[in-house]
Amino acid sequence: MNIRAALEKRILVIDGAMGTMIQRYKLSEADYRGERFANWQSDVKGNNDLLCLTKPAVIEAIHKEYLAAGADIIETNTFNAQRVSLADYHMEALAYEINLAAARIARKAADAFTAENPWKPRFVAGAIGPMNKTLSLSPDVNNPGYRAISFDEVADAYYEQVTALVDGGVDVLLIETIFDTLNAKAAIYAIKKYFALHNDQKKEIMISGTITDASGRTLSGQTLEAFYTSVMHAKPLSIGLNCALGAKEMRGHIEELSQLASCYVSAYPNAGLPNAMGEYDEQPHETAHFLEDWANEGFVNIVGGCCGTTPDHIRHIAVNVQNIKPRKMPLLETVLEDQL
Amino acid sequence: MSETLVIKNYSRYAGLEPLVVRPDTNFINVGERTNVTGSKKFARLIRENKYEEALSVARQQVENGAQILDVNMDDALLDGVKAMTTFLNLLQSEPDIAKIPVMIDSSKFEIIEAGLKCVQGKCIVNSISLKEGEEKFIQHALTCQAYGAAVIVMAFDEHGQADTKTRKIEICQRAYNILTEQVGFDPQDIIFDPNIFAIATGIEEHNNYAVDFIEATREIKQRMPLAKVSGGVSNVSFSFRGNDHVREAIHSVFLLHAIKAGMDMGIVNAGQLVVYDEIELQLRELCENVILNRNNDNNEATESLIAFAETVKAKGKVEVKDKAWRNNSVEERLKHALINGITDYIDADTEEARSKYFKPLEVIEGPLMAGMNVVGDLFGAGKMFLPQVVKSARVMKKSVAYLTPFIEEEKRLNPLALQGGAAKILLATVKGDVHDIGKNIVGVVLGCNGYDIIDLGVMVSADKILDTAQKEHVDIIGLSGLITPSLDEMVHIAHEMKRRNMSQPLLIGGATTSRMHTAVKIAPQYNNGVVHVLDASRSVTVAGSLLSKDQRQNFLNGVAGEYIKLKEQFDNKKTAKQYISYADAAANALNIEWQNSNTLAPTFTETKVFEDFPLAELRSYIDWKPFFIAWEMHGNFPEILSDQIIGKEATKLYNDANALLDQLVAEKWLTAKGVIGFWEAARVAADSVEVLTKTSRIRLEFLRQQVKKASSQPNLSLADFIAPAKKGIKDFIGAFAVTIDGIEPHIKRFGQQHDDYNKIMLQALADRLAEAFAECLHQRVRKEYWGYAKGEELSNEELIKEQYAGIRPAPGYPACPDHSEKYKLFSLLNATENTGIQLTESLAMYPAASVCGWYFSHAQSQYFGVGKIGEDQLDDYAKRKGWNKEEASRWLRPLLD
Repeated sequence: MNIRAALEKRILVIDGAMGTMIQRYKLSEADYRGERFANWQSDVKGNNDLLCLTKPAVIEAIHKEYLAAGADIIETNTFNAQRVSLADYHMEALAYEINLAAARIARKAADAFTAENPWKPRFVAGAIGPMNKTLSLSPDVNNPGYRAISFDEVADAYYEQVTALVDGGVDVLLIETIFDTLNAKAAIYAIKKYFALHNDQKKEIMISGTITDASGRTLSGQTLEAFYTSVMHAKPLSIGLNCALGAKEMRGHIEELSQLASCYVSAYPNAGLPNAMGEYDEQPHETAHFLEDWANEGFVNIVGGCCGTTPDHIRHIAVNVQNIKPRKMPLLETVLEDQL
Repeated sequence: MSETLVIKNYSRYAGLEPLVVRPDTNFINVGERTNVTGSKKFARLIRENKYEEALSVARQQVENGAQILDVNMDDALLDGVKAMTTFLNLLQSEPDIAKIPVMIDSSKFEIIEAGLKCVQGKCIVNSISLKEGEEKFIQHALTCQAYGAAVIVMAFDEHGQADTKTRKIEICQRAYNILTEQVGFDPQDIIFDPNIFAIATGIEEHNNYAVDFIEATREIKQRMPLAKVSGGVSNVSFSFRGNDHVREAIHSVFLLHAIKAGMDMGIVNAGQLVVYDEIELQLRELCENVILNRNNDNNEATESLIAFAETVKAKGKVEVKDKAWRNNSVEERLKHALINGITDYIDADTEEARSKYFKPLEVIEGPLMAGMNVVGDLFGAGKMFLPQVVKSARVMKKSVAYLTPFIEEEKRLNPLALQGGAAKILLATVKGDVHDIGKNIVGVVLGCNGYDIIDLGVMVSADKILDTAQKEHVDIIGLSGLITPSLDEMVHIAHEMKRRNMSQPLLIGGATTSRMHTAVKIAPQYNNGVVHVLDASRSVTVAGSLLSKDQRQNFLNGVAGEYIKLKEQFDNKKTAKQYISYADAAANALNIEWQNSNTLAPTFTETKVFEDFPLAELRSYIDWKPFFIAWEMHGNFPEILSDQIIGKEATKLYNDANALLDQLVAEKWLTAKGVIGFWEAARVAADSVEVLTKTSRIRLEFLRQQVKKASSQPNLSLADFIAPAKKGIKDFIGAFAVTIDGIEPHIKRFGQQHDDYNKIMLQALADRLAEAFAECLHQRVRKEYWGYAKGEELSNEELIKEQYAGIRPAPGYPACPDHSEKYKLFSLLNATENTGIQLTESLAMYPAASVCGWYFSHAQSQYFGVGKIGEDQLDDYAKRKGWNKEEASRWLRPLLD
């Protein structure tokens, strides 16, 4: 069963935070380095994507926890794994290898669960994060026209990531936590280019933006509808929101999006807003209640969690939405009303 | 949702905001002045690299109602790719322009593609065509699609530009079929430009061009209803160039008919459209004839219009831009410019403000900062968003730049007024974090205020931050972080600053940081000032305070005090999960290795009464800092006396206090009464100490910390400082109660004289004297009466800092929070009889200027706070005190969750 067929039937659950789970392992610099990078020139602790190479068992175990909790879609551990972000660790040359390994780890974990229960197929989403350099904002506020990176460099980095994720066997490509739409557009550009050259390997695209604050805009200043309008040329499987906000704060935006979107709608909020200590303390049942409400309202097709959510959150979410009908795919008008 | 949602296939474009073309959407104005081929001014500005000024051309278009902005850089003298990239990148930082979609206009596709790489919104490409054949057309269309742009297709094919209705329709239909069938374009993303050509040129073949356009539009919209029609409107009146009055009339009349036929949008000078109904009748009629090619045999209509045009003097039209704000006061204008990010008038307004204010710096500190504060508030309230704030900062910077030479001049003339160069502020996003936008804003805003900013960027290690700070002698260090782990890194950096003995204040900012976290986790790591800064606009006041010699200490004291309170609040609110069981806590008591050598018998047991201790002797023990705090003057003593701001007032207050002290000592207004006592004591249970008096045994009950401690850190109880009974070691405990008696009649007298100043002064001094008495007696106890620290030689300052062995904790305070133990203390000391101190039913002491407490002598005894306790300890304590649980909960309420 492909993911589109599954989405027609029910609300799919996407997994929760990878970083939060990795933190639980309290890995040391040496753990991150492993043998292979023992003498690496710079510190690598915090390069979570590197763990796909140095601690694959940890990543696989986390995937399995989420799958066991009921996640239908798991995300590869590749949020920062393109060469631009990896350059922070002088690891740009490892981009392909990390993405390939990440996709394979997730594929293996998902396939094991699908084999066990073919009626609940599991899918792997290749996670494409926003990158540490941004195309619409100048890092030098004295020179607002300056850009730290070019569209072509961003698109090339994403192209390499996409190649590796597809080679590693992902089912869909997920462009997520978009705070600058132009970076996302570069990712879409790269994906379109890849599929233009590899027509037989076409995958669905999922898009998930991030509304960062009370203004209801992306960090780069777009309103939700402007963001939607600016990425729909990807003809995505789904569009949605994740990160930055908890479910409580995200509700209005998801409602708006569900009224706009001509594709499926996804939502994976943080476990509330961080408390004064920067910790997320929204309890699994609390998050699940919010998402259950959205499901009942017909807002969503894919739900899950972002920062601070755990397998426990996902378990609660999966249970709470399992019998609720997904948002109906809207009808697309093909001619103008007054022509009918 | 019972009904299936229907998504309309409207054309949608986007800048920062969406533009949806609905059936009821009026004609869409595409601003044309940002076009080097059409606007001489714009072309000159771009050629001269005056991009900022060129932006104001764009802003003018938006203000005049343009809903899409056409940008064209096709000039032989320009590097079009570079100009397009530069201008569009710059434009993205202007939210009030970038809010509308951009139409990227060029005849060179490489310039179009360069433009597409700069804009996050959904653009319109102007244009592609079949001019170079299908293959090129498809390739260009695919590229536009990959960038998510809508396209304008010009009615142009291999044979040339379509001029007749039939050719226009034919080419558009062909292009439509290719785009929708071969390229996979959504029809609503296609806009046709069926070519508007100049009419009334005198050449007869041109006379029907307007009609051809209008009729082709009608047909195209019928055949392809989802596609849109656009055109360059000013072409139509080209032959009347130089006569704006007539041109505007032609445009209006042309548009009226074209829009009726289905034209959706057009490239117009948004500021130059007259309302059809307001065109004088004669001119309107002449325009109608020319456009609709009526009564035009032998160019009659054309000739008539030309003849009319010559009678009309080209009257320049006044711009209708909303300039009402220009009439306000200069302060209001500066605020308006800051909030709206308008730099056009900033130099003139700044100059006006400079001549109005006494010093150039006052312009910054006054109206400019006031404006920035509004910006900060609006940003915080979500009413402004990031790019606007950055823009506001730029206005600020411009204004400051204007003022800088004047400030420099003033410095030169009056070097003492402003010593040294600009203060240096180091900013960095901490290791492991890459988010730096907020930090950059802080950098700009601070930079605007004349500080020298050293920005180390992102992912900066603690060592690099601190090495640089030390090497560059920076005045302030600012750390930023957005992700959770950054918080720990900030704690680490604060810790390192202490280890390095640094002195710079540390500012903490970023989305994940908070005042609470700063207070609880970061501030305790570093003594020389840690301040959480909510946002960039607030960073200015904070930096200002920290760099002002006058304010710095006061400011830091204020912050420190606030953070201590916050920390207390937080400590009192901690959730149960961070606590351990009472049994585990008791097992983790402080493990003192008791030997006879570390306990010492006092010189006497039972009590010693001081009926009238010499007040003069107590004066030198007064801790003045709380005295000033009582007067809401914050600062260390004696530095506060020379403080530049409050020093004068503080000195006056201090002199008055000493005068009153002189008088009350000389005239013996008050009596210092006290009692101390020592008894043999032993720890008989985890938190119980038995006191052996001549006549009885009194069991004191203490409370134990239950908060989960780091390994090797004990869970303290005061009982830990007394040797256990089973050790066979003789240990002792002491107690004291002191009071300053006799204040009432004087208070009453001052009250009658309406002399609140002296009334409060006397109360404050009595309090200080009671504390001084306690301090003085404690010292005597250590050196003499108990005598365990005979050789102690401490200054008053060292006493205040409690740099002595042993403690004197008071029941009801953090180490022994149960006030009710005061009964036992009073009973042991016979305090009420010996000193006159009464205990109220809520166990406050009267007179208010009274202090009591226990004496512990062991070298390892220390002050601490019990903090929250668990249900298990509450039960145990109730049992020990002979209370029921309700009673216990009432007494210990602040310790319970």
